[in-house]
Amino acid sequence: MISIKDMSKKPVRLTEGHRLCAGCAEPIVAKQILLATDKPVVVANATGCFEVSTSGFPQSAWEVPWIHTAFATAASTISGVEAAYHSLRRKGKINEDIRFLAFAGDGGTYDIGFQALSGAIERGHQFMYVCMNNEAYMNTGIQRSGATQRGASTTTSPSGEHIPGKREFPKDLTKIIAAHKLPYAAQASPHNWKDLISKAAKGFEANGPAFLNIIAPCPRGWRYDSADTIQMAKLSVETGMWPLYEYENGKWNLTGETKRIAEGKMERRPLIDWLKAQGRFRHLLDPANKAVVDDIQENLDADWDELLRLTKL
Amino acid sequence: MKRLAMNGDQAIALSWKQIDPDVVASYPITPQTIIVETYAEYVANGEVKTEYVCSESEHSSMSMCIGASAAGARSATATASAGLAYMWEMLYIAASMRLPVVMTVANRALSGPINIHCDHSDSMGARDSGWIQIYAENVQEAYDNSIMSFRIAENMDVRLPVMNCLDGFIVTHAIESMAPLEDDVVKKFIGDYEAIHPLLDVKSPHSHGPFDMPEYYYEHKYGQQMAMENALDVIRKVSEEYAEISGRKYDFIECYRCEDADYVAISIGSTAGTMKQVVDDLREEGHMVGSIKLRLFRPFPFEDVAKMLNGRKGVAVLDRAMSFGASAPLFADVRSATFDNDSRSPTFSYIYGLGGRDVGVEDLKRVYYDMENGTAETVNYLGVKL
Repeated sequence: MISIKDMSKKPVRLTEGHRLCAGCAEPIVAKQILLATDKPVVVANATGCFEVSTSGFPQSAWEVPWIHTAFATAASTISGVEAAYHSLRRKGKINEDIRFLAFAGDGGTYDIGFQALSGAIERGHQFMYVCMNNEAYMNTGIQRSGATQRGASTTTSPSGEHIPGKREFPKDLTKIIAAHKLPYAAQASPHNWKDLISKAAKGFEANGPAFLNIIAPCPRGWRYDSADTIQMAKLSVETGMWPLYEYENGKWNLTGETKRIAEGKMERRPLIDWLKAQGRFRHLLDPANKAVVDDIQENLDADWDELLRLTKL
Repeated sequence: MKRLAMNGDQAIALSWKQIDPDVVASYPITPQTIIVETYAEYVANGEVKTEYVCSESEHSSMSMCIGASAAGARSATATASAGLAYMWEMLYIAASMRLPVVMTVANRALSGPINIHCDHSDSMGARDSGWIQIYAENVQEAYDNSIMSFRIAENMDVRLPVMNCLDGFIVTHAIESMAPLEDDVVKKFIGDYEAIHPLLDVKSPHSHGPFDMPEYYYEHKYGQQMAMENALDVIRKVSEEYAEISGRKYDFIECYRCEDADYVAISIGSTAGTMKQVVDDLREEGHMVGSIKLRLFRPFPFEDVAKMLNGRKGVAVLDRAMSFGASAPLFADVRSATFDNDSRSPTFSYIYGLGGRDVGVEDLKRVYYDMENGTAETVNYLGVKL
């Protein structure tokens, strides 16, 4: 593993001066990903916060070739770039060994871009897809997505007198992607940068499609102080709400804090710590909504047991 | 050049084989499917070097063509009807990114009701997407247009995507005698692909498809319009060069027995072929009639249309598509083109052939009889059963 000192000497591929919010996890995640390879990288970006904030014409924060086409198209666009690469390599017009990377939010991945992603993985393009998961459509003003947690209050699943926030659980996308039997898929968190970068390094060299689902806390949407993003990411992992694991060539492995908890080396923090820390769950602290909290707890425990079972197979 | 018997889809596939695009990304849809099936055989037999990608949807086909084109690859695809509709969002993006993607459209009615047969509602719906649109009358023309499309799209004064349209089933599936060019002649005519700031030039990183605020968006749209205007000259020059290698000369519009015609009908695609028979029959009966085939719909050849339609006793505009609640697409543009003519001709809209409704010689004669008898309405629904 490369040291943080050595990483600081690497060329910057996403510059400062972009327009993302203070406390946004996305540029932190992107920088960690881009540090995970020294090879040339071409990036495709779905529409979303990350795209609009890094590309306002005539400026660009990107020091690597970058393309944005539409919301649903990060995976299909990078598929086309990668297809061009193979064609032009075969014809001897390109000699470099290039890596292909797609960035999208959870809306662009779990929802509108899901079909394109599934297709690209099935076709076996050599690319790494990174979902920066902030658990809602933040760019359009915090609407619920297929990644939004049960009970979360968003602008399209507001907590009201009759309905206490989002009624559904998020889909378990990482496992759905793993069901494509691709070479590499993982969940990561920016607070554990060593774990994230080592997963990204594996993804870049996976010799086929790779998928990273990365928790990317959003101070605006989650309602917490913008200084606490990394703490919030850590809390997501330590409560078990965002377990760190990887699916590598058919094998499931726990990593980071999740592994330590499973091995009994540290305690899993109570769910309530995570709920209390975020304004989007404030209504769940009302005793009238205890049933929702119990429901989330039950689901968390079931998912945790399922993950442990998979990793012991 | 040896003459061959083939259908329109096979002719398109053959033209692609001779061009050997770097990337073909496509999704099957009737009546285009023979193109991608035939091309898949070329790939499977090692007859082309193309990276051939079978997408999971037309939306992704077009996204892949955009990605591949921006990466520095010559890219092509084919679709029809609902497939074109599914690409809608990406059509505008391909054009605005000024990527010379070439797409064959096998014209087919849009759902609903679902219908697999020919009309022009699919590509007419995409008329404002920023794509150049060329329409073929027959198999030979579809093949010729396909080859010319790449040269037009890739011209540095144009740099726009091109839609190469042919009538579903009528041209895509009917076997006709046609004369392809030799492979080396096509390759020389097309030349090497010249990419602009390709993504794969990693030593010179560029951002493609950035976010535009109001102070820039308008200028980018204006640029597209200028490119469309430039395309008129470029298409004319490419057609002239193509005539030199093929002996077949194409223009924006083609006139059949129009010189002394009092009554003229203008149509698009295979119907223009039927119209030649209609005109010949009526001329034999002594009627002074002619027919115009419009080959280029975007950019619209306003000057040519205006000039040719000046001072006629009647002009019928045949649309194989509708614009519900307004004028049919070709009619609207023809009327607009002729509005400032010195001697404006009475102009009538004829809607026909929707969803593959067969329209024959006798049906089309009615268009001229109506005009001669003064019974043509402003808008007429040819052959509708009420």
